[in-house]
Amino acid sequence: MAVAAVKTYEFEPADALGKFHGAQLLYIGWEDHLLFCAPFAFPFPPTMPFGAIIDQVLPGAFGYHPDFARIDWTRAEWFKSGKPWSPDFSRSLAENGLKHKDVIRFRTPGLNGIAGSCS
Amino acid sequence: MDMQATKKKLGLKERYQVMTRGLDWTPSYQKMEDIYPYVAYEGIKIHDWDKWEDPFRLTMDAYWKYQAEKERKLYAIIDAYAQNNGHLSVTDARYINTVKLFLTGVSPLEYMAHRGFAHAGRQFPGAGPRVACLMQSLDEIRHAQTQIHALSNYNKHYNGLHEFRHMHDRVWYLSVPKSFFDDAVTAGPFEFMVAIGFSFEYVLTNLLFVPFVSGAAYNGDMSTMTFGFSAQSDEARHMTLGLEVIKFILEQDPANLPIVQRWIDKWTWRGYRVLTLVAMMMDYMLPKRTMSWKEAWEVYFEENGGALFKDLARYGITMPKCAETIALEKDHLSHQAWGTFYNYGAAAAFHTWVPEKDEMDWLAAKYPESFDKYYRPRLEYWREQAAKGNRFYNKTLPMLCQTCQIPMLFTEPGDPTKICYREVDYKDNKYHFCSDHCKEIFEHEPEKYIQSWLPVHQIYQGNCFPEGTDPTGEGFDPLAAVLQYYHLEFGRDNLDFEGSEDQKNFDTWRGMATKNV
Repeated sequence: MAVAAVKTYEFEPADALGKFHGAQLLYIGWEDHLLFCAPFAFPFPPTMPFGAIIDQVLPGAFGYHPDFARIDWTRAEWFKSGKPWSPDFSRSLAENGLKHKDVIRFRTPGLNGIAGSCS
Repeated sequence: MDMQATKKKLGLKERYQVMTRGLDWTPSYQKMEDIYPYVAYEGIKIHDWDKWEDPFRLTMDAYWKYQAEKERKLYAIIDAYAQNNGHLSVTDARYINTVKLFLTGVSPLEYMAHRGFAHAGRQFPGAGPRVACLMQSLDEIRHAQTQIHALSNYNKHYNGLHEFRHMHDRVWYLSVPKSFFDDAVTAGPFEFMVAIGFSFEYVLTNLLFVPFVSGAAYNGDMSTMTFGFSAQSDEARHMTLGLEVIKFILEQDPANLPIVQRWIDKWTWRGYRVLTLVAMMMDYMLPKRTMSWKEAWEVYFEENGGALFKDLARYGITMPKCAETIALEKDHLSHQAWGTFYNYGAAAAFHTWVPEKDEMDWLAAKYPESFDKYYRPRLEYWREQAAKGNRFYNKTLPMLCQTCQIPMLFTEPGDPTKICYREVDYKDNKYHFCSDHCKEIFEHEPEKYIQSWLPVHQIYQGNCFPEGTDPTGEGFDPLAAVLQYYHLEFGRDNLDFEGSEDQKNFDTWRGMATKNV
């Protein structure tokens, strides 16, 4: 049994997809920019186009950083669960293969944080 | 004529026997496994409970007398401190934020320890460990009470202390200490004893209490210092109990060794992750510092703990594997933790700030390998921006570790520029971890940890707003609603220390005490 217990102990996970009112969780981290202490967690509808994240969500989350305005999104490198990945900005999260609680990160070559300190 | 009854006085040893093990009896009409239902399922084998050596020869009547005496002294000092406005003699009002962190994060754990030891004691068929657990259970509830009493004086004057118990069960960063202890009390009685009795009370307690208590002493907080000292003689007993538990279990059956070793590995890591809060308290929150986190770790864990594990080698116990990871983190832990609270300063029930220049120089001297290179640029940028009226408040919720529940702020072992990401697929769901050790703990008992109450996910599920809130209503402000649910008052309990009500009041009151105004 996958837990030490006196009898069967199996329940739905506390964060099952169905508990997020139609949204699924997506975690997003920006490499080399630890001014933001940790990657972010977002609830998004799976039908949302991936490009909307870039246009509508990330500016609010990462816009404080002076590097953010300098990002050239055509050069950004993406990773899903740590492996290189190429999102299609015009397609939805689901069509991009993103599932509940997936984690993606992006690297912005040439931008290495405050004074190059990865902050 | 009165009959003269011969009063036979018992010798100390006899008296001890009668008042502890003499209280036990063998049940005649109930089965042992019905009375002690939790003693077997963890796989620990005990053949002879009488081999237990009582670590403290204390009977209940002596306990009562001795503790009452100690508490009379303690309350006399606490009263004097309160009557003399002792709070105005602390180094500066920033110090009081460590008290807030202690009261919201640690004191409720003392209460949980009380419950945990009462529960474990009830479940052990041996009278020896049962009595020892009873005594410790009483110690723990006394510690919770004396801490709450001692710190209540601060609540009269400063913000953020008013709802410590309510906050403990709800606020995002307090889920870290809370879930640590909930994990322990929901384990079996043997794991609880190894987790709290040994790994926490024996191996790590010096890293919790010494920094807080000596920090209090250095910063003029007599009342915290006094309850710390008052608890010290109890702590010594707790350490003896923790060690006795390990030795007893290991001597009973060779098959117990791998189970105990896994628990020690797990709970050293779980405890260390909770100590992240202590690390930042020592390096960033004490206006007058005692020693750095790194120094404390080296003295209390690497040196003292190293000697302990050498001593336990004869039982086959080895140093927990996580010690290597921790050694790589010691130059970074406090800086990354304080950065996180600076980020989320709008959602914390204490104030945050950027350290002064001389404090940064102290940090650079204590952390020559890391501070100037990785952390000073970040802090200086924040200070510049704050001076321009652009103080950074991160308003997007962070990703959390499924096991320790801390935001994913820790970096790869050996590379402080990359966040450490680990993940596991379990029954069609993904789970994320801050480290190999948190991942391993999950993998061993996934059914337990898929039930983690992760504050960020709970907010997104809509479970952290005051009752009756309509999150679909016009102008709904999720941050405001979450703070209301926490009972955290925006603009008083949170935000930067600079400009806070605490700062203003402290300056005014101290001014009244020292100047003619």
